[in-house]
Amino acid sequence: MFKIYNQYDLVASRQLKRIKTVVIFLFLIFIIPSVAWSKEAIPVAEDPEVEKRMLALTMDLRCLVCQNESIADSRAEFSNDIRREIREQIKANKNDQEIIQFLVDRYGDFVLYNPPIKPTTILLWFGPVALFIVGFGSLIIYLRRRRRQIEDVPLSEAQLKKAEALLNENKGKNL
Amino acid sequence: MMRYLIPLFAFMVLAAFLLVGLTLNPRQVPSPLIDKPAPVFQLNHLHEPDKIMASGDNLGKVWLLNVWASWCVACRDEHPLLVQLANSGIVPIYGLNYKDERTTAMQWLKRYGDPYTISIVDSDGKVGINYGVYGVPETYIIDKKGIIRHKQIGPVTVDSLQKTIIPLIIELQKQA
Repeated sequence: MFKIYNQYDLVASRQLKRIKTVVIFLFLIFIIPSVAWSKEAIPVAEDPEVEKRMLALTMDLRCLVCQNESIADSRAEFSNDIRREIREQIKANKNDQEIIQFLVDRYGDFVLYNPPIKPTTILLWFGPVALFIVGFGSLIIYLRRRRRQIEDVPLSEAQLKKAEALLNENKGKNL
Repeated sequence: MMRYLIPLFAFMVLAAFLLVGLTLNPRQVPSPLIDKPAPVFQLNHLHEPDKIMASGDNLGKVWLLNVWASWCVACRDEHPLLVQLANSGIVPIYGLNYKDERTTAMQWLKRYGDPYTISIVDSDGKVGINYGVYGVPETYIIDKKGIIRHKQIGPVTVDSLQKTIIPLIIELQKQA
């Protein structure tokens, strides 16, 4: 037995080593190109204040032509245009709300990553909470029921006597 | 019995939702501009750059605004249909040349045919943003009062022409 375990350990450690090299290899594969091929930094617009506000705004806006990417993250032509539009509006002294409204008027609530609470979005906002409550509730009900089934109910005096009588009854019969 | 029916029912509800989800197109974002006045613009013509067209010029008629570009591949798919529609004389089509080069755009029209009553140029895409353009081609149906009645996202197809676009145009043309 002992030997088998030992061998097993050896195999395991060899496997572990192999996994380690594979992991390091994969790591290098993914890291090296990202270093080697990273693009030159895109020059930031003249005014860092404008850029900061624009970034904060576009963080919460959806790029409509991408699959789940914010306008801040996206390099799509569409996002470039929206960023430029927002920069211009910031320079024209519009406040954040006006800018957001401008975009919602044109692209709808879908551009917002935080859609407003409306009849059409109630399910979106509260659906997960409702599901959680239903799930948690049924778990509690299930656990309670199970506990009731498992619990050892001590036998009453009468039941004990009955059991004893049954045992005695069978004693002589040589089961 | 209930023990088995409840999970089955839950599964069926989930499956129904997922099935509906499969038929939806995540790239089709309903436009909030439907039934709202078409955004106002004043843009230069493509062929005669010193002429200007204003959106208000078309008040009193039903017209199509087709957003296109020579770099847009899907535009080539719908183009023969637009040429046919223009030839039929049902409705005037106005072309919004979106973020394009003037010379290549004009070459493109020469090569594939020019269905547009007037082509106008939106070189920086500003008017496009006002119309909520995010994917070219897009086509807007604008009624006599200058209100957007329909937005076709993506290329016009025979199906969409027959089922929605042409019936809607005919209905809108009947209105005062």
